[in-house]
Amino acid sequence: MNPQLFQLICFYTFGFVTVAAALSVITLRNTVHAVLALVLTFFSTACLWMLAEAEFLALALIVVYVGAVMVLFLFVVMMLDIDQERMREGFVKFLPVGLIVALVMLMEMLGLIGVRAMHAQVMGADPATAAGVSNTAWLGHALYTQYLLPFEIAALILTVGVVAAVALTLRQRTDARHESASQQVSVNPRDRIRIVKMAAERPAAELPVPPQESKP
Amino acid sequence: MPTFNDILIMAPEFYLVAAACVLLLADAFMTPEQRPQLHWISIVVLLVAGCLVIAGQPAQAVTAFGGMFVRDNVAEILKVFALGTTALVMVYARPYLIDLKLLIGEFYTLMIFAVIGIMLLVSAGNLVTVYLGLELLSLSSYALVALNRDAKLPSEAAIKYFVLGALASGMLLYGMSMVYGASGMGGTPSLDLASLHHVMAYTTAPKLLLFGLVFMLVGIGFKLGAAPFHMWIPDVYQGAPTPVTTFIASGSKLAAFGMAYRLLDAGMGDLSHQWQLMLAVLAVASLAIGNLVAIVQTNLKRMLAYSTISHMGYLLLGLAAAGPEGYAAAMFYAISYALMSVAAFGVILALARKGFECEEISDLKGLNQTSPWMAFLMLLAMFSLAGVPPLFGFWAKVLVLEAAIHADMLWLAVVGVVFAIIGLYYYLHVIKVMYFDKPAEGSVLQAKPDVTLRVMLSLNALSLLALGLYWGPLLGWCRRAFGL
Repeated sequence: MNPQLFQLICFYTFGFVTVAAALSVITLRNTVHAVLALVLTFFSTACLWMLAEAEFLALALIVVYVGAVMVLFLFVVMMLDIDQERMREGFVKFLPVGLIVALVMLMEMLGLIGVRAMHAQVMGADPATAAGVSNTAWLGHALYTQYLLPFEIAALILTVGVVAAVALTLRQRTDARHESASQQVSVNPRDRIRIVKMAAERPAAELPVPPQESKP
Repeated sequence: MPTFNDILIMAPEFYLVAAACVLLLADAFMTPEQRPQLHWISIVVLLVAGCLVIAGQPAQAVTAFGGMFVRDNVAEILKVFALGTTALVMVYARPYLIDLKLLIGEFYTLMIFAVIGIMLLVSAGNLVTVYLGLELLSLSSYALVALNRDAKLPSEAAIKYFVLGALASGMLLYGMSMVYGASGMGGTPSLDLASLHHVMAYTTAPKLLLFGLVFMLVGIGFKLGAAPFHMWIPDVYQGAPTPVTTFIASGSKLAAFGMAYRLLDAGMGDLSHQWQLMLAVLAVASLAIGNLVAIVQTNLKRMLAYSTISHMGYLLLGLAAAGPEGYAAAMFYAISYALMSVAAFGVILALARKGFECEEISDLKGLNQTSPWMAFLMLLAMFSLAGVPPLFGFWAKVLVLEAAIHADMLWLAVVGVVFAIIGLYYYLHVIKVMYFDKPAEGSVLQAKPDVTLRVMLSLNALSLLALGLYWGPLLGWCRRAFGL
């Protein structure tokens, strides 16, 4: 088969799956199914990126989004007790507004796509291909030379995220019981259990005599 | 490849990052008794950074890391005032934080990270640095708003701020991607603001570029808090702990001006006749909504929030003039607004005490009888915000109106004057409550006995008067920064 034709078939297949999965994310009634559809969306997007020779981004999408974020999402959704009936309320009421918004967005997108379609050669040549290295190698090189400063700022942002998460969640609550791990670890066994050595049997003489019932 | 010179140019930022990391570690190893010392250490850290900024001031604009970072006079002035107002916020915050048991290391480190975000944002030379600086500032701000976990209002405010902020960031990013795409049509794609300046001349997709510009304007409007992207401001101002509100009303606004200047002038300067009108519309909407809705507010923090929206309208008048004169006027306005709002919120912070936020306008009843000096300082702040001569705020308003007239937008200046007069009402209402109403039964409205707070607050409010009488040097500094 013509390799270009194959690529085209792949592109349309993955593209169709992406759009269909994205549509089902917002139309499926069951939230768990919607999250699973979102996983499929991410996965087929990753395939599309693979076709565009952005291997690193494609793998990162699968590892980070499908592997970590979505699984977390699934846990949260499964733990929540979502009232399906209440979610469906007001569908008819909000339908006209939603339709208008959707229509406007559709028109905007068609306009944009029109702009792009008029210029077949959208972007310049892929810099990685021009340099003759793989996408990942080129990305790494660019990150640590040209984009070193943004890369480090991104590290700062992650630090802020950690600091904020700890500051907002790690606090001593007076209204809840909590256990101190360090106290638990450093406890001395002798303070908790007293081991007493004693004979396996007691001599008969020492057996406690049941108290005599006094008869009136 | 980055060189040592690049690091030297960014010395204040690198110093602050290092200091923030040291503070984080110090906080972990300090005993609870030592921890309050972090307050003074943080203030010294900020002041030293300010000295580094002034000491390393280059004669002309220099760039570092291949144009990612620009160090010019505009950035220098904004950084000096951002560092200064943040240090002031910390001084005012101390007694309040002690009352709320929030005097913790995280407050100071998050503040310093936010300041680093401001500094990166105002000297960004690339779309990537604009976005990352903005995210650094915003993320720290979200966390600071939510820091008081024991109350309900801050959490609600933080969620609103976070969701709307994420939406605005998304819009900004979407706009940036369109601009990047447009720059690649008919040329090499670029994220560098300096090379984006001339995209309009060669791009084969001018419509895409305009779409991108509109989306970026939404992001800028959100960060400034200009109507119709102002929804978050009242709730966040009211809900956040007052020191954080003060920071958002001062340092963040300087950053928002810096971001708008970088994106619009450096990046989209060729399209100025396109965005001038968009900014004018935003300005009119902000002036109208801010001033009219502020009239009916009974909560002082909420009223000041709507007043912020109207002030951002005036700032936009200067930006809409789209020339060095307009930018200089807008920067002068941003600085004056930062100083005025710090003073106004400073009085609220000084009067608040445990279990009493002092955030209703009626809480200030008869302030003149219980604490005349505080009432006088609030009077200075209110008159300055209203734009009464001879205070600082008056000159700032005059300059932006003048810039709008010189840019052939007389109608905009007329709208500005009309709304300045309408706005006078709610500032005067606060003064009337302080001076002519009787204090409530059993009211013990007293300023906190914190000496540093009192001295700095007095100096801050009196500086509004001093700068109103002698505003030449500051204006000269602003104008020189834009080559006037």
